[in-house]
Amino acid sequence: MTEIFGSDLIAKIIIPIPIALWIALFALYAVLAERKISAWIQDRVGPNRVGKWGLLQTIIDAIKLIQKEFVYPIRADKLLFRIAPYLVFSATFLGYAVIPFSSIYIGVDLNVGLFYFFAVTSLGVMALLIAGWSSNNKYSLYGGMRSVAQIVSYEIPTALSALTVVMLSGTLQMQKIVMQQSGGIQNWFIFGGPGDVSKYLLVPFMLVSAVILFISTLAETNRTPFDLPEADSELVAGVHLEYSGMMFAFFFLAEYAQMFAVSALVSTLFFGGWQSPFGNLIPFLNTPGMQFFWSLIKGLFFVFVQIWLRWTLPRVRVDQLMNMCWKYLIPISLANILIIGVYIALK
Amino acid sequence: MKYFKHIYQAISTILIGMGITFRHLFQKSVTIQYPEVRLQLPERERNRIFVNIDDCIGCDQCARACPVSCITIETIKAVPGDIVGKTGVTSQGKKKSLFVSKFEIDFGKCCFCQLCVFPCPTECIYMTDVFEYSSYSRDGLIYQFSDMTPEMVEEKKKKLEEYNIEQAKKKEAAAKPAGKPVNIQPPEVKPSEGENKAQ
Amino acid sequence: MSELRTEEMVINMGPQHPSTHGVLRLKVVLNGEIVVEVKPYIGYLHRCFEKHCEAMTYPQVIPYTDRMDYVNAMNNELGYAIAVEKLLGIQVSERVEYIRVIMAELQRIASHLIAIGTYGNDAGAFTPFLYCFIDREKILEIFEMTCGARLLYNYIWVGGLSHDIPKDFQKKVKEFVKYFRPRIDQLNGLLSYNKIFIERTANIGILPADVAINGGASGPTLRGSGVKFDLRKNDPYSIYHKFDFDIPTGTGEVGTVGDCWDRYMVRVREMEQSLRIIEQAVDNIPEGDVFADIPKRVKPPVGEVYVRTETPKGELGYYIISDGSLNPYRVKARSPSFCNLSLINQISRGYMIADLIMILGSFDIVLGEIDR
Repeated sequence: MTEIFGSDLIAKIIIPIPIALWIALFALYAVLAERKISAWIQDRVGPNRVGKWGLLQTIIDAIKLIQKEFVYPIRADKLLFRIAPYLVFSATFLGYAVIPFSSIYIGVDLNVGLFYFFAVTSLGVMALLIAGWSSNNKYSLYGGMRSVAQIVSYEIPTALSALTVVMLSGTLQMQKIVMQQSGGIQNWFIFGGPGDVSKYLLVPFMLVSAVILFISTLAETNRTPFDLPEADSELVAGVHLEYSGMMFAFFFLAEYAQMFAVSALVSTLFFGGWQSPFGNLIPFLNTPGMQFFWSLIKGLFFVFVQIWLRWTLPRVRVDQLMNMCWKYLIPISLANILIIGVYIALK
Repeated sequence: MKYFKHIYQAISTILIGMGITFRHLFQKSVTIQYPEVRLQLPERERNRIFVNIDDCIGCDQCARACPVSCITIETIKAVPGDIVGKTGVTSQGKKKSLFVSKFEIDFGKCCFCQLCVFPCPTECIYMTDVFEYSSYSRDGLIYQFSDMTPEMVEEKKKKLEEYNIEQAKKKEAAAKPAGKPVNIQPPEVKPSEGENKAQ
Repeated sequence: MSELRTEEMVINMGPQHPSTHGVLRLKVVLNGEIVVEVKPYIGYLHRCFEKHCEAMTYPQVIPYTDRMDYVNAMNNELGYAIAVEKLLGIQVSERVEYIRVIMAELQRIASHLIAIGTYGNDAGAFTPFLYCFIDREKILEIFEMTCGARLLYNYIWVGGLSHDIPKDFQKKVKEFVKYFRPRIDQLNGLLSYNKIFIERTANIGILPADVAINGGASGPTLRGSGVKFDLRKNDPYSIYHKFDFDIPTGTGEVGTVGDCWDRYMVRVREMEQSLRIIEQAVDNIPEGDVFADIPKRVKPPVGEVYVRTETPKGELGYYIISDGSLNPYRVKARSPSFCNLSLINQISRGYMIADLIMILGSFDIVLGEIDR
């Protein structure tokens, strides 16, 4: 985007602004969407009094939260307690830097983009631990420890399943991964990526890989069915027990931002990112404006699937969570890598 | 082998569950937008009690039937010749002989069991379908059904007292001739003259 | 290397808690994440039901029996009415018996729907809870149409009923039966056979049959352990001997016999059996007068009686001592949830806290009944 603005510096300042606006807007309306979709699933109506169709609901809730007093526990660590929510949010926000929204709009097109994404979202773990520890409350410490154990274990299947795409595409750079999926829906990595007909052999394995990536990133954002550490019908209410008002809102903002970030990641890696499914058949759909549309639509679709899963499934117990990760997801993703490696070697 | 069976079961049951919830996304919701839309309540609905005080004969059956003692009734006997209410009879033609000076139902205590409705001989107490009668204070839930003002109550009480005193006096007056003890004097025994002369 | 010192921690799951079904306090002694001992503290909802009964006349007690197990009022009233009728020696007409059975079975379905919905809610599945309540709403509409109240009815009186059934009662009940059968299948697909739910509830809280019998358990808690004992078949009251239905028991289908899943599944299957009873009863209600046998004054002769009925929670027993006057001398209610809850210490040792919540939910306790 440097060309558009002439100067490098101005580009660097202007580029993050739309992303920040998008995150704020998305978080506001994702909460509403979650409430509405959960209501429709449960044969109810959801918020519809505040503004038509409840559109102003989250804004009013945010105003209410801002008015609340910040309550600090007396023996909480002063500095750490206050910065923990902002750290969690920053970790998520940093990940948005490498997500391509269109062919010309990406924060920074690092040549290790994917690796950077995983590294930076791990900072969130540290921030959660800071939040749990500095609250000086044994329940939030327990919740924090459980959260951390969950996130750290699920980073492994995330990385392993993303590795399959890296093996097929040969690069870690996000824009290059999306460029390789051009030409229509048959070239998306879920169908084996660009190549000759033999790539269709890979379809079941790439499907498994995509599913594992989706599940593990769901576990990383602490969504049901993996939200035992923060469930409210459990004994401990999780790491944000002691937080009130705007700080509490920041944890939730971070959670929803993370939801979109991982949906965008899954759609970029496996489902073509900003590529239109019609390829070059309809050239209009390939312009940068429409590319925004495609990347947002795909991200929002996966967010919808996440919300759908939350309201369908019961919770998984903590030790069963770990069991699933270490005994099922990791061996399967390792087997996947082996098979895809064999295919590449034989080609 | 159990390993793969677990995986298959997990995936299939999750997909079935997701299918069910997806279908519900497109079904009509069951919510009613109260207070703009209200449900039609059935005719036997049991909510706030209503007493038609013109028909009440003050028999106290409903107060005795109530398990939580939320009905308080105070009556004043009517003096003969005094007409109770407008016509002196209930709508069924039964003669009323008691003034109902206080008929109070405390809806904070009422358990809506309907036991007061059945013993009423004139069917003047019954349950309506009014349920929106919240109040800001406990006293706001105490409903008075009697239509006698305090002055009327005083007046009737005085009348009754006067009547009672009159009746008591009348009883005394009527009892005098009948009940007064007769002063029976024993006959005077005079010494007879004949006996003294013989000596 | 010296042993790591671990301390046992005492946690209080206080009277207000989103997952205990009522105001129940549990003192849990934990060793890390494993439960060592559970001690329930009750009494937060004690309302002196038994003492109140001594000041009421026999018909006035019925609104009080409603309020013991408030999700299940018809069955409470039925037990009490049968007990007093036994004392008086009166026999009610066939029509009254049929209507009573239909109401009791509908109430059984409603109570099990709450048990199942809240159990799913404890597990984290929020949607089946709402689906169950939509179904329960239909039952409550039928009750509202008949006697005017949705939760606490005062309908089954000593010697009869307070109202006769309205004109479209049979039509509505048949509609409900037709509507509800597929909903049970939907519930099974969404919750009962869901792998995650099975993982949470199978092999948890195993209650062996002999422990259950010794501990006085009854109802689905007992039947979940494989013991085929139901008062409607083993000690029949009212006209249950005329109907054809099965008694579901726990079979260890996805775990061991007597685990939480078995107890939960017994409830789901009992709902199907209740539908069978209702179908058989609703077509054959004989003509008659429901008010004919209601005595003007209930003054039983001196004596005592114990009558037990099968409520959705278990065996509810009424022990009434009459001294010949208008008020009972003593009414004692043996509540099933009280006896079932006493087993919680024995069966939750060795499990984790998340499991303890599932075990508590599988007992299906209602504090109104425990504390009376």
